[in-house]
Amino acid sequence: MIAQHLPILQVVLPLLAAPICMFIRHPRVVWMWAFVTAWLCLPMSVGLLLKVLEQGTIVYNLGGWAAPWGIEYRIDILNSFVLIIVSMIGAIVLPFARRSVEREIPQKRIYLFYTMLLLCLAGLLGMTITGDAFNLFVFLEISSLSTYVLISFGKDRRALTAAYRYLIVGTIGATFYIIGVGLLYMATGSLNIADLAVLIPNIGGNRTVQSGMAFLIIGLALKAALFPMHMWLPNAYTYAPSVVSIFLSATATKVAVYAFIRVVFSIFGDVNILEILPVRNMLMVLAIAAMVIGSAAALYQTDVRRLFAYSSIAQIGYIILGISFDSVTGVTAGVVHLFNHALMKGGLFMVLGLLAYQIGSTKIQDIAGLGERMPLTMAALVIGGLGLIGMPLTAGFISKWYLIQAAIDIGLWPIAFIIVLSSILTVVYVWRIVEVIYFHRPVNPINDIDRAPISMVAPMWILIGATIFFGINTNATLEIAGAAAKALLAGGV
Amino acid sequence: MTAESSILIAIILPLFAVPMLVMSSSRPNQRERITLVTAAVTFFVIGSLFDDVASGARPTLTLGELLPSLSITFTLEPLGMLFAGIASSLWIVTTIYAIGYMRGHHEQNQTRFFVCFAIAISSAIGIAFSGNLLTFFIFYEVLTLSTFPLVTHSGTESAKRAGRVYLGILIGTSIVFLLTAIVWTYNVTNTLDFTEGGIFGENVSVGVMATLLPLYIFGIGKAAVMPFHRWLPAAMVAPTPVSALLHAVAVVKAGVFGVLKVTIYIFGIDNLVALGSSAWIQYLAAATILVASLVALSRDNLKARLAYSTVSQLSYIVLASLLGSALGTLGGAMHIAMHAFGKITLFFCAGAIMVASHKTEISQMRGLGRKMPITFFCFLIGSLSIIGLPPFGGVWSKWYLLLGAADINEVIFILILMISSLLNVAYLIPIVIRGFYNENLEIDQEYPSKTHYTENRRLLDPGDAVANNVWRVRGFHEAPATCIGALSFTALGCVVLFFYADTLFRFLHPIVSGGAP
Repeated sequence: MIAQHLPILQVVLPLLAAPICMFIRHPRVVWMWAFVTAWLCLPMSVGLLLKVLEQGTIVYNLGGWAAPWGIEYRIDILNSFVLIIVSMIGAIVLPFARRSVEREIPQKRIYLFYTMLLLCLAGLLGMTITGDAFNLFVFLEISSLSTYVLISFGKDRRALTAAYRYLIVGTIGATFYIIGVGLLYMATGSLNIADLAVLIPNIGGNRTVQSGMAFLIIGLALKAALFPMHMWLPNAYTYAPSVVSIFLSATATKVAVYAFIRVVFSIFGDVNILEILPVRNMLMVLAIAAMVIGSAAALYQTDVRRLFAYSSIAQIGYIILGISFDSVTGVTAGVVHLFNHALMKGGLFMVLGLLAYQIGSTKIQDIAGLGERMPLTMAALVIGGLGLIGMPLTAGFISKWYLIQAAIDIGLWPIAFIIVLSSILTVVYVWRIVEVIYFHRPVNPINDIDRAPISMVAPMWILIGATIFFGINTNATLEIAGAAAKALLAGGV
Repeated sequence: MTAESSILIAIILPLFAVPMLVMSSSRPNQRERITLVTAAVTFFVIGSLFDDVASGARPTLTLGELLPSLSITFTLEPLGMLFAGIASSLWIVTTIYAIGYMRGHHEQNQTRFFVCFAIAISSAIGIAFSGNLLTFFIFYEVLTLSTFPLVTHSGTESAKRAGRVYLGILIGTSIVFLLTAIVWTYNVTNTLDFTEGGIFGENVSVGVMATLLPLYIFGIGKAAVMPFHRWLPAAMVAPTPVSALLHAVAVVKAGVFGVLKVTIYIFGIDNLVALGSSAWIQYLAAATILVASLVALSRDNLKARLAYSTVSQLSYIVLASLLGSALGTLGGAMHIAMHAFGKITLFFCAGAIMVASHKTEISQMRGLGRKMPITFFCFLIGSLSIIGLPPFGGVWSKWYLLLGAADINEVIFILILMISSLLNVAYLIPIVIRGFYNENLEIDQEYPSKTHYTENRRLLDPGDAVANNVWRVRGFHEAPATCIGALSFTALGCVVLFFYADTLFRFLHPIVSGGAP
């Protein structure tokens, strides 16, 4: 019974748990409640993934209404993998959240924070699991609206402008998306992704469909912060509460990229997009620009959080680049990096969350000389940074290897060079931090470094450890990503 | 103990020492005992593998797949055996030396030093035993990263800047050129295994190979072929034991070892001959030999001079590996051993001079040989071996190199090797002469007497902490006993290698002929 309804439970559980937080109100109890919810979501995602691996795609009709009239949840390898990413990060971030949130958010608003966090989790899980283009929009809005609130919780007053900016841009993105869905509905009369995939190839030359695709792609690119639609991201990550930066950097953009993949490969999978619009080339150019400009911008940041925010923009470029290759190796690279980057950035932002907790700052000048005083935390920062560079034995290496291989496979070796050159930029910005940590004298020495609670240190090491683990034991991730890529390129859903 | 488990133990053992070293950071004696014991056992384990390899066995150990059909694999073969043997044996000697040096020099953070050292040795052994390019690449990068804290050991501004150059060039070239080349190779051949005779079959075009070769040569930045050599002189800010073992032996030899591996087991010597376009890299290596020697001549800082000498000597091996001649390749492989013993002796001497007299510039070393006769005598032996004179090991590798160049009728390379030997004489021997012949420190012309008086007073001041750590018997003024012991040992090694060169030659011969000799 439960096993059969797992797909809907996966979303409904956090969705219903969120408003209950409003009634509980007691900070510690609310946290406990959110903690339990998040940890219940994880086994569900694992269960779904196992089931998909065992039986193939799961189709679940909401309320028993069959698609294309009813809403359908359709879980294949790709989105069960993304579900795992989201619920895993959710589960790991919550133990971390307790102390961090207590420090950063006023006592009387903590319950609101967890309400929004659970809503955001529900929204992201919903976006991932649904097989309905309009339903995806609904969940997109749930996750976005809760994200705006979460960002505005930041202590710094600039969090408000960051949230406002994201609100404007995010709304434009969501609007574009819904216009796109509307145009497709006009032309096909269907909102179901699987159905659209069947209907659209017949009318691929239709202008309405083509403009619909343009709206969908731009709308989702805004949410995914693909260059040059990334301007909302740096401020949002910098001024949001630490927990929000961790959660968003590891999940929000990843889910948007997932939706992106769905549009490009599922809805328009059987249409030769190249013949209609040079989508693939456009993506490739934007991805490369993101890789180079994101990394270059990271070089000039004075706040480590902001630096890693720009690095995220570059890393999203890697993912989109892999997808734009339109080959099994390329898409595998993209999907694997979706996972690997979530681990690395989640871990890195946790390090920054610890810094915010222990020394109250993430400015580069304030971390000077911390290598001696916080050797382990700084070691974690370095390991995460090495992952970003793509050093062998970290998860980043696997992604990069596949990406280069994909580029050479289809004969685009200049792009292979650009990939390696942009990892040189990564070396530079990571090493700038390393030098500050280990060689610089503290500018204004901080006398009392707060002790780091184990509830924050352990999650950080889990993610940083996973960066190494999935750089060595790659069977699971590569197999799943490879299978997802093959299924996607086979066309349809 | 099977050969396979010995391989694993040899690589992991130095890593096992790390936690113990960290735990005993407040007890220097115990810490150094741990390092010594680990080094000795590692050497013993590697030594136990020699017979297997010499008898033609090629034990292989696979540790599981990192990427589909690409695994971390270790395969023993003579060349790797040689490199591992040198690295692990000299680790023992260097540790003994380092104990005296680090204490005599009052270095900070000695635990971090020994820890990083152990990791670096582990990765050097990993490189030596690597059975495919992926494994090689992994350990190559670990070696770069683990030596970074050693290079920047002092933590000063100049150390930081040197660290930047070091990491920038080594990581930069390895990611931009080497990684691309490896993925590309995998793309065209579907394998990365080091295979006798190479892995490029008929279907790989000459054009692709001609593009890949420079990518490999430049990508393996540790081989320091110009213009990617700047990291090596920069690395000289490190404490001398680091310069000695890592930047005369482990790191740089990992580079040329990689070049040899690639040319022998990826391209195949026969393919290289067909690859006419490799000529320009040969000339680049030849140019590096000469230019680096000339730069060495102009350096007054002893370690900088030795560093440029290393750059020049490394290109001997690169050139040898590119000649496409079996004898030349063997000469290059032998040069790994010969140069290692010669150059480490020279670095040990440079460090001993620094500890005992605080002198780093050659121009300050007038008459110093009279106070430090053992050091300067060993310096002479090391120099002669580098120059390639009997009865020291260096003569044999140069001999085979010349034969190799003659093999393919490249008179120009013979000429260049000869000129280079003369340049070696010019930049090494004057140091010894200066040390022994200019007796009177006080009437030194170049250096006004004032500085020298202060310099001398400092040396003889009994309250000076350094002076307490050095030998001052009957006017001699040598470095601590462990330093002297270590450098005498390696100097002796140069002589021993002269007499056992034939054994080495036979041991290495299968790498070019396949099968047993």
